[in-house]
Amino acid sequence: MNTTNLAEALPRVYEQPQEEKTIIALKDVSIYYGSFQAVKQASLDIYEHRVTAFIGPSGCGKSTVLRSINRMNDMIRGSRIEGSVRFHDHDLYAADVDPVLIRRKIGMVFQKPNPFPKSIYENIAWGARINGFRGDYDELVETSLRSAALWDEVKDKLKQNALRLSGGQQQRLCIARTIAVQPQVILMDEPASALDPIATGRIEELILELKNSYTIIIVTHNMGQASRVSDHTAFFMVDEKRRGYLEEYAPTEQLFLNPAHKKTEEYISGKFG
Amino acid sequence: MLSETLFGTDEMMTSLMQKRKAGGVVWKVVFLFSTSLAILFLLLLLVSVIDSTFGYVAVRNEMEPSQLVAGKDAVSEFSRAELETVLQEHLSSGILRRVLHDKPLQERSKTDLVSLAQQYVVKPSVVRSWGLGDSLLDQKSIEAFMAGNEGLHLTFRSWINWSFFTSDQSANPLNAGVRTAFLGSLWIIMITFVFAFPIGVGAAIYLEEYAVDNKLNRLLQLNIFNLSAVPSIIYGLLGLAVFVRSMEHITSGAFLSSVSDTTANGRTILSGGLTLALLVLPIIIINTQEALKAVPDSLRMSSYGVGATKWQTIASHVLPASIDRILTGTILALSRALGETAPLVVIGASTFISVDPSSIFSKFTTLPIQIYQWSARPQGAYRNVAGAAIITLMLLLMAMNSFAIIMRDKISKKKRMES
Repeated sequence: MNTTNLAEALPRVYEQPQEEKTIIALKDVSIYYGSFQAVKQASLDIYEHRVTAFIGPSGCGKSTVLRSINRMNDMIRGSRIEGSVRFHDHDLYAADVDPVLIRRKIGMVFQKPNPFPKSIYENIAWGARINGFRGDYDELVETSLRSAALWDEVKDKLKQNALRLSGGQQQRLCIARTIAVQPQVILMDEPASALDPIATGRIEELILELKNSYTIIIVTHNMGQASRVSDHTAFFMVDEKRRGYLEEYAPTEQLFLNPAHKKTEEYISGKFG
Repeated sequence: MLSETLFGTDEMMTSLMQKRKAGGVVWKVVFLFSTSLAILFLLLLLVSVIDSTFGYVAVRNEMEPSQLVAGKDAVSEFSRAELETVLQEHLSSGILRRVLHDKPLQERSKTDLVSLAQQYVVKPSVVRSWGLGDSLLDQKSIEAFMAGNEGLHLTFRSWINWSFFTSDQSANPLNAGVRTAFLGSLWIIMITFVFAFPIGVGAAIYLEEYAVDNKLNRLLQLNIFNLSAVPSIIYGLLGLAVFVRSMEHITSGAFLSSVSDTTANGRTILSGGLTLALLVLPIIIINTQEALKAVPDSLRMSSYGVGATKWQTIASHVLPASIDRILTGTILALSRALGETAPLVVIGASTFISVDPSSIFSKFTTLPIQIYQWSARPQGAYRNVAGAAIITLMLLLMAMNSFAIIMRDKISKKKRMES
């Protein structure tokens, strides 16, 4: 398989599937930073057009696993991965796969809102431009901002620097920026942890809406948030060697109401974490 | 008294508090003292430079203007016709022929004629000069000196004046100027910038953004730090060996067959500029690396997150976010190069030239070299000339540094307000 095949292999338009269809499959994924093993043999399937939440105590490797899905970990010096991550049944870590193309298909929203220090308009348009978008930019900016529920607030100040928006607006702009390049999957690394409750609520509403068009994986510390927005929840734990591992993975309702493992129950009932 | 805790009684707490505060006061006084000392030395430097730049001069004219035209005490009072006559009559035939060959007298401006008459007919020479301090405070001894010597003219002179900027090196301190050295400095700094800036910024981008963390790259990094601490005279020796000697064919301009008759082998502006470029290269690299390091990783991540390549990320986000620091650092590095003397002396900068540099293959002198050379002259008046040149150099440096600051503020303001 080469990179062009991957690009062609990715369907462009999606319909909401009724049955659960695996889009990303992690198999025995272990991640190392130098000699330190951060994640131990995690295996799980991510379903298309569903919201999957990663929860767990600090240092359990949930963000690390998330970043392995669009190869963001490549940026960290000394990081190494074992096992396989497959996207539409293509190995994301095959030697001939271009990480840039993966990030184009699997977008990311970060913990701290990090818009480009450019205008609101340019924040949306830049990603599209470098990816060779040939449509109407004004339209793209408007659609993306509308999808991120930000249009009404910023339509009169598109030329204004994005850094002058509030934290919650900046984070929605980051989501709009990610949507603008039309990925299939959006990874969200604690997207609301730096925001106040009202802004958090808006992000959660937004996630529920985006689910119709995208597959979303969200890392969160907030269990209420996981139960409100997600369809499936993966609970990660730390073992005695400080290695993160997947303790339990189940539909959200089942995991929160009827957890199979004792540790899961203790965690969600607030006994530790 | 409240309760006694492990921290002691309230009284103990109060007395300890006073001791802690007293300790702070001692350090504050020490810091204030060192700051004052630094300012004091700066002021002393400034005072000594200004002292030698302004003051009285006792001048003896070889030919008094009143002898040339009765009733007129200064050449500048002469009419045009009088000037032309005087020049025709008193210039030696050789000089007159050369002057006429350059430009006939009728076509020359009056100020031009006045300076010709001063230089070749009146021929003033400095007998003694005084600093500003003596001129203001010790006028008695100046008067005594004047009374003891017949036929001297005492004038208050600002050694830094317009003709100081426009005239070249001269054997007469009254006529000596800084033009050749000033132009030489500008040429050299231009060459230094052209070579050091792109190479330095490029190397920094590679080391900071591309290089993987391995032994070789760590060794490279360590060596760049070491290079920035190498004494400048070593760079002079390197420049002499490489640019002046080995690359003479190129640095002399011989490969373009454009060797001018003023050129001495490879001792050209090109060699000087390249040597200084080597000198400031590690400084520019380290400074640019710091600027790149200061760009938050979250900015790079957000760019990768929308599918940008590494180069797109660097070109569109990292460089724009750091360009102000990079440029400021570069200008400060160039100011250092501007003040360098030793390496240029080693590669053989000329100390006495009166021909303006005309290309990168010209011989050159620079401001610091000129200052060094003037202050080493035995005639006291040259110390005044050196003072004026020091002020020129300091003004140039101040202009560059202010430019750096203004530009940085402008760019960062633009970044904040950017559309």
